[in-house]
Amino acid sequence: METKDKVLMINPEKCTGCRLCELVCAVKHDGVSNPARSRIKVMKWEMDGVYIPMACQQCQDAPCMGVCPANAISRNDELNKIEVDYDKCIGCRSCVAVCPFGAMGFNSIERKVFKCDLCDGDPQCVRFCEVQCVEYVDADDVAVLKKKEAAKKLYATSNKIALKEA
Amino acid sequence: MALDRKIAYINLTTGKIEVKPIPLDVRRKFLGGRGLDAYLLLNHSEKGCDPLGPDNPLIVSGGILTATCASATARTHVMAKSPLTGLLGSCNMGGFFAPEMAWAGFHHLVIKGKAEKPSYIYIHNGEIQIRDAKDVWGKTTTDAQWAIRDELNDQEVKSLVIGPAGENLVAFANVMTGIKNAGGRTGMGAVMGSKNLKAIACRGTMDIKIAHPVEALEYNKRFIDQITSAKVNKTQGTLGTPMIWGATNSWGGVRTRNFQYNQCEYADDIEPEAIDEICEDTMGPYHMSGCFGCQVHCRAQYRIPSGPLKGKYDEGPEYTSQGAFGGETDTPRAETVLVGNHLVDQYGMDNLETGSLISWAMELYEEGIISSKDTDGLDLKFGNDEAVLEMVERICFRKGKVADALANGGIPASKTFGKNSFDYLIQVKGMSNLHSDERATPGLALNIATSSRGSDHLRSRPAIDLYHLPEKVLKKIYGNPIPYKGKLSSEHTEYVGKPWQVFWQENCYMGVDCLGICKYHTTFLGATLPNFEDWPKVLYYNTGLEFTPEELWEISERCNMIERLFNLREGLTRDDLEKGDMLNHRYFDEPTRRGAIDVVGRVIDKEKFVKMVDEFYEHKGLDKKGKPKSKTLKRLGLANEPSHML
Repeated sequence: METKDKVLMINPEKCTGCRLCELVCAVKHDGVSNPARSRIKVMKWEMDGVYIPMACQQCQDAPCMGVCPANAISRNDELNKIEVDYDKCIGCRSCVAVCPFGAMGFNSIERKVFKCDLCDGDPQCVRFCEVQCVEYVDADDVAVLKKKEAAKKLYATSNKIALKEA
Repeated sequence: MALDRKIAYINLTTGKIEVKPIPLDVRRKFLGGRGLDAYLLLNHSEKGCDPLGPDNPLIVSGGILTATCASATARTHVMAKSPLTGLLGSCNMGGFFAPEMAWAGFHHLVIKGKAEKPSYIYIHNGEIQIRDAKDVWGKTTTDAQWAIRDELNDQEVKSLVIGPAGENLVAFANVMTGIKNAGGRTGMGAVMGSKNLKAIACRGTMDIKIAHPVEALEYNKRFIDQITSAKVNKTQGTLGTPMIWGATNSWGGVRTRNFQYNQCEYADDIEPEAIDEICEDTMGPYHMSGCFGCQVHCRAQYRIPSGPLKGKYDEGPEYTSQGAFGGETDTPRAETVLVGNHLVDQYGMDNLETGSLISWAMELYEEGIISSKDTDGLDLKFGNDEAVLEMVERICFRKGKVADALANGGIPASKTFGKNSFDYLIQVKGMSNLHSDERATPGLALNIATSSRGSDHLRSRPAIDLYHLPEKVLKKIYGNPIPYKGKLSSEHTEYVGKPWQVFWQENCYMGVDCLGICKYHTTFLGATLPNFEDWPKVLYYNTGLEFTPEELWEISERCNMIERLFNLREGLTRDDLEKGDMLNHRYFDEPTRRGAIDVVGRVIDKEKFVKMVDEFYEHKGLDKKGKPKSKTLKRLGLANEPSHML
């Protein structure tokens, strides 16, 4: 699979809040069920029925990479992701503090930071999300897909008819 | 490991808390969830104990697969002796509570005694505290949950709570979690209220080790694909359970005006598509939500579109609310259904029982058995929307003579109202029926008559009976894992083979309830969905325990027998109208007046019904009186109950 320019695209509107992504993430990486170990996390405003999954954006100019005093964080261009070298990591958690998305976690049992590794090109959160709230798409396509969604909404608003076709 | 989750015995009178492991031989006999709860109830309660007294054990659990890598392991089960029926009390709900309890280290809680003052239990990573609930008591179900989160300063806490109805000991008060996930039936909320227990709050970050994670993940994917590919689940995921009400109403299987009609006319406003439109208008195109790990996402979101409560957020309505506040009371208006649904969610009261009892009272009002003097001037006639909503509130707060009587449940209320009011009450074992009308469907009638918690559709309903599947297909489904040599019929109006189908479904539903997964993931509404043949793999990959389909079947049989043993101990008899496997006379005497051509004019043939019960008892290994034969108890390893293994 060509993964060079692929990114996770999250469409929060579609999230049903089931948290299956959290479950399969922990099972895939750690062989356990425990959302505290999940790289993806659904943030909820239950009284408003709003659910927003949050995950690492694999930033181009990643603050975690910049702040790391041990140079343990680097960009893997092959998989278009930011990764942690645990041989170098000193566990200072600066990356946890600096990430604007809260996407760097700290595992208090193993005393290690952890983040999304895109399951090496086959993200399980995507594979299991039946409503396609989390998708794995070409970075170039993100804007096009967003444009189409927005256009669909505009059409529905001005014509009072929802377009059925995807 | 799922198997290292513990059981906690909590005494609210003394404050003593005891934590124990759940031995493997107990798991092999009862798995977990509802099955093990039934065993605990039989073993930890005395015959004739007061349902609202301190000695009634309140048992809360997740299933053996809760929060593992199996699909939709969201279900929480609660059991105790029921204040509504005086028999088995049991309810089951989705949401996120049981998984959180499992991550906090526990699968089962047995709560006895009565707290001196309003309290709640807080469980965090293996630690259990009993805390003061003075700032939470009196609050609605959602306010209570958020108040607990604020007090514990943790927005991830999941709570199982009661609302004002539970505090007021309404006999059908429910337990709730989240916005609308409700363990609705048999009044478990009143049991909590009687113990001064407002809530159980959980927060957990403890690993549940998956025995074979790679295989579990792959098998879960296969399982989910099978489940989401079923047409019925796709529709559920778009329209929610209202689609069932709409479909059932179309052929005449929906009680209207209590039991006068079997189809609700002029129901356009509450048809599933109409409800869905309101959800879309108020919450946008993506308005379906799901319980933990479930890809069916059948729970709709909405805001009340009009009226004094306009803009209030809620979830649902389930088809039970369409029936309760739309069809049965003959008020098929969306606003009434959505507001009624919201009120019962906030008060913590079973929508189904509430609507059934209100429609019963409306028929009594029509018949002159209760008058406007009894209702303090409220015009309790069918079709009066304001009266329906007013009654919901009155019942919760026990305002006035009629509502106060109804709050005690149907049978006690019939004693208050006197005359022949009992004749009009559509109940079995003291619990009101769903909005469904079973006069044209003998299999479904047998199901509600013999269900262990009273008139109920989620204990043994052969719902796929309505699909007219060819006998060949039925044989394939119902001939596994135990061969069945008798005849089966594709006709839902037939009697032949139905007892086996009900027996099979009873075991199937016990199976999912022990595993802790949702019934939409088994042979309930979808004929192609997983059951006994598929469960051994899920169990093995997740827990490492090996079972054959036949062994799982036997566990289900055993757990169902435990429930029966409890009910027999508490006074269950075969024909008693209040405590028996018997239907109201109206099923036998009053023909249906509406519906499809093969539905209209139907009654249940009493003679054939009696034969069905005989045959059902035979399958279960019971004698003609409904008591287990000694060889059955021996076969199921239940000859020495209570055996106090746990």
